[in-house]
Amino acid sequence: MRALDIKLFRDLRRLWAQVLAIALVVAGGVASLLLAVGSYRSLDETRLAYYERYQFADVFATVRRAPKTLARRIAEIPGVAAVDTRIAKLALLDVPGFRQPATGQFISLPESGQPALNRLYIRVGRLPEPGSLAEVVVNENFANAHAFAPGSRFSAILNGRKRELVVAGIALSPEFIYAIGPGDTMVPDDRRFGVIWMSERALANVYDLEDAFSSVTLKLSREAIEAEAIDRLDALLDRYGGRAAYGRKDQPSHAFLEHELDMLRNMSRTLPPIFLLVAAFLVNLTLSRLVVLEREQIGLLKAVGYSSLAIASHYVKFVIVIVLIGIAIGGVAGTWLGTLVTKLFGEFFRFPFLVFIQSPDLYVTAAGLSLVSAIGGAIFALRDVVMLPPAVAMQPPAPPVFRHFLPARFALDRILSQPAMMMLRNIAHHPVRAGLTTLGMALAAAILVVSLFTRDTMEQLIDVTFFMADRQDATVSFIEKRPQDVVNQVARLPGVIAAEPYREVAARIRFGNIERRMMISGRPRDADLSRIIDVDLRIVELPEAGLAISDMLGKILGVSVGDVVEVDLLEERRRTVSLPIVALVEDYFGIKGMMDADALSRLMREAPAVDSVQLSFDDNQRELLFDALKAMPVVSGMALQRVSLGNFRETLALLITSMASIYTGLAATIAFGVVYNSARISLSERARELASLRVLGFTRGEVLRILLLELALLTLIAQPPGWAIGYGLAWIMRTNLAGELMRVPLTVTNLTYVLASAVVITAAALSALVVRRRINRLDLVSVLKTRD
Amino acid sequence: MTGAIFTANALTKVYTSGEIKVLALREVDLEIWAGEVVVLLGPSGSGKSTLLNIMGGIDHATRGSLFFKDLDLTALGDRGLTAYRRKHVGFVFQFYNLIPSLTAYENVALVTEIAENPMRPDEALAHVGLEDRMHHFPAQLSGGEQQRVAIARAIAKRPEVLLCDEPTGALDSKTGIRVIEALLAINTQIGTTVLIITHNASIQDVADRVLFFADGQISKIRKNETRRAAAELSW
Repeated sequence: MRALDIKLFRDLRRLWAQVLAIALVVAGGVASLLLAVGSYRSLDETRLAYYERYQFADVFATVRRAPKTLARRIAEIPGVAAVDTRIAKLALLDVPGFRQPATGQFISLPESGQPALNRLYIRVGRLPEPGSLAEVVVNENFANAHAFAPGSRFSAILNGRKRELVVAGIALSPEFIYAIGPGDTMVPDDRRFGVIWMSERALANVYDLEDAFSSVTLKLSREAIEAEAIDRLDALLDRYGGRAAYGRKDQPSHAFLEHELDMLRNMSRTLPPIFLLVAAFLVNLTLSRLVVLEREQIGLLKAVGYSSLAIASHYVKFVIVIVLIGIAIGGVAGTWLGTLVTKLFGEFFRFPFLVFIQSPDLYVTAAGLSLVSAIGGAIFALRDVVMLPPAVAMQPPAPPVFRHFLPARFALDRILSQPAMMMLRNIAHHPVRAGLTTLGMALAAAILVVSLFTRDTMEQLIDVTFFMADRQDATVSFIEKRPQDVVNQVARLPGVIAAEPYREVAARIRFGNIERRMMISGRPRDADLSRIIDVDLRIVELPEAGLAISDMLGKILGVSVGDVVEVDLLEERRRTVSLPIVALVEDYFGIKGMMDADALSRLMREAPAVDSVQLSFDDNQRELLFDALKAMPVVSGMALQRVSLGNFRETLALLITSMASIYTGLAATIAFGVVYNSARISLSERARELASLRVLGFTRGEVLRILLLELALLTLIAQPPGWAIGYGLAWIMRTNLAGELMRVPLTVTNLTYVLASAVVITAAALSALVVRRRINRLDLVSVLKTRD
Repeated sequence: MTGAIFTANALTKVYTSGEIKVLALREVDLEIWAGEVVVLLGPSGSGKSTLLNIMGGIDHATRGSLFFKDLDLTALGDRGLTAYRRKHVGFVFQFYNLIPSLTAYENVALVTEIAENPMRPDEALAHVGLEDRMHHFPAQLSGGEQQRVAIARAIAKRPEVLLCDEPTGALDSKTGIRVIEALLAINTQIGTTVLIITHNASIQDVADRVLFFADGQISKIRKNETRRAAAELSW
């Protein structure tokens, strides 16, 4: 079939702009899949490899003081593969040039060097000399935030005594990929929270923990049952003042990382399928119209003796080449963007290395789906044309039967211009075609809406979290829980305007077989700084007794208001209590329990106590306040809301919005491809009609207007359904993204709708410009002379 | 002349367009002899093209029968008609219907590639005097040249019948005469049966027989005792 192949090649070249536009639509779908799933897989694999190589533990527990000999008994727990005991303490830091109190999580290093579990990746420098009382290793984020290098000095208040420390090395740890300090909201503040590794002998000396430990981590064997190991560990640690042990799922760094990867995975399961399906639909639509335009050539090929099969395979080849071009572009772009996103997240998490996963199955899936839908579109369109007897096919289609919209007496034509009538009749006569074109543009607008809405969501999240719920200027945390009078102490510090107590108790909540670990927070019922805001943005007032929980937790447990749940209190005198659920709060972050402060004290059988104090202060006196807090030995740290917000915007929000920007770019590409093809194909379909008008004396401008009027009308009609579909897709995505750590509100601002429509309309305008050049070049004679 | 190449019995074609039925052919009986040159004359809508299209296997009859030699064309499905066209029929249309993206040579090759015992494309083009314009695209050729490419494409498969629908309709008289010359040469050199539809009455003198059409029927058949050469024509 050499001559046919030459025709194929030349047709592709002649229609290069349209071919490219369709290929870009395909590429958009393919790239979105490769980008999203590819980067997710790479990051997941990187994390796995990191955990494995650096022996990230499976179970974590803290105790007040336990003898090291206990380690042997812990190792005997069935399923335990390795045990690492250590000293872990929070302490206030004093960093030169940084006025605010900073917090250090001190962790001991064995004299032999690397710990058995949670090993360090040394970026710069070395481990401390065994027994050195001054040398430390700090985590890289903290080091970078203060421009530390080996040899840098800072001090810490360890067990009430100020000590000078020297940086020996800078390290990464799988345990602190995401290093959240006390009081931080959602994101780490690297300037005020650091992880500091120090010689065990030195720390034991300071805290009087010789031959003892305050933290233990376990590695479990593959066949171990985590819950059983935790129960046995708790039983062993109980008499040494152990706080309940927990698995990776509740380890803060792992949980945050898991959540981030979950978001990425859910995004990859939501957006790319939508993109791919929309692209497939659009390619199907466009190619079927393109094939119909070839009607006369198909008739001729049949007349000279080509079989329907030969003709069909010729056009299918044409379609396959276009799709293959798209797959190639999408493959390159998707892989490149995937690498970019992997690096972006890898840098954010400070992985010591990145593992890039090639995913041939994704190529096959994306390519397969694109090919099938495109070929389907072509065959569907060909079926009708190939069925026609060649004599009929070679003729232009019979003039369609147009109808009057209204009885003649309404005389629409007196109101509307002839071009407007032509446009309306044309739309009315091809309702399916007009409908599909509109749907195509609506889908283009919809994928833009769903790409853009995450920004709105982030802003809403920020607004609710930082300006409505947690309105305090700062959170001051203490090394241990304090009696309530500490609130008055803090309130008397310079610059403090208001101070409110905050208590948090670790607990396990159970209903039927389902169990979750969570924190129960207690706050005064009239708290004004740290408030509970539900999804309807109402302030939730806690009842005098009973437990309020996150709506998400309620869904997980399957409880509703009035049900009684079992709660294991995991602090102090541990006991299990039954509590009625009094409210389900539709909040955005975490799964938590909330109680009135007094009710919580009664439950804990303790005098009113606090773990932290929320305060608002006069910014003019901040330095004085900082100094005063640093002088309080019980303070372990101070988190500033404003800094948290800044960090949130710089990191998490940036990641999410940069992902959204990439998707928006892909969506815009798809939108342009669709609109451009719609315009070009309607030009081809109506070339004869338009040329006739030119012959009759219509100017180029008038002819252009007739053609574009229809496109413009359909583009405008497409916007509202586009917004509606976009909102629906956003709803699906919001639902898919909801997790235990974070839910996002479904907020789509008018600006998002406007932006989405603006992109589609811009694409339409650019297409109009291209079409205008075509109309100017319309060859009147050749168009007319070849037809009767 | 050796026996009938086409035999039509009560051949009828009805076109249905929406609510309107158009009787394009009414019970036509006809025999065409092998090696004949036949001209079909008549006003627009009189049924000439419909008959030619059915004979060429590019349209279906509604009723009646049409045989190509022993082959019942009215009984054939799409596959059978495709094979029939591929083997036996050459078409020449008023508007040439060349593939614009293929050169003259390639347009002819389009057919020779699927024919059983074709001429070489350059040989077919030589028959119509276009050997020098082989590598030009349709857009680079004059109307007469394009029509001769179409003829070369039609004869390259050595068809038994050549069906020409208004082959000179879009051409001036000088070019038209060259096209008719080419058609007659094929008839003489290869013995192909040639049917020509035309509105141009002066062309009837080159035929062996002239069929006059009116209202979907053959109203008159005239036999020319002698065929005039194309060069003697003028209009």
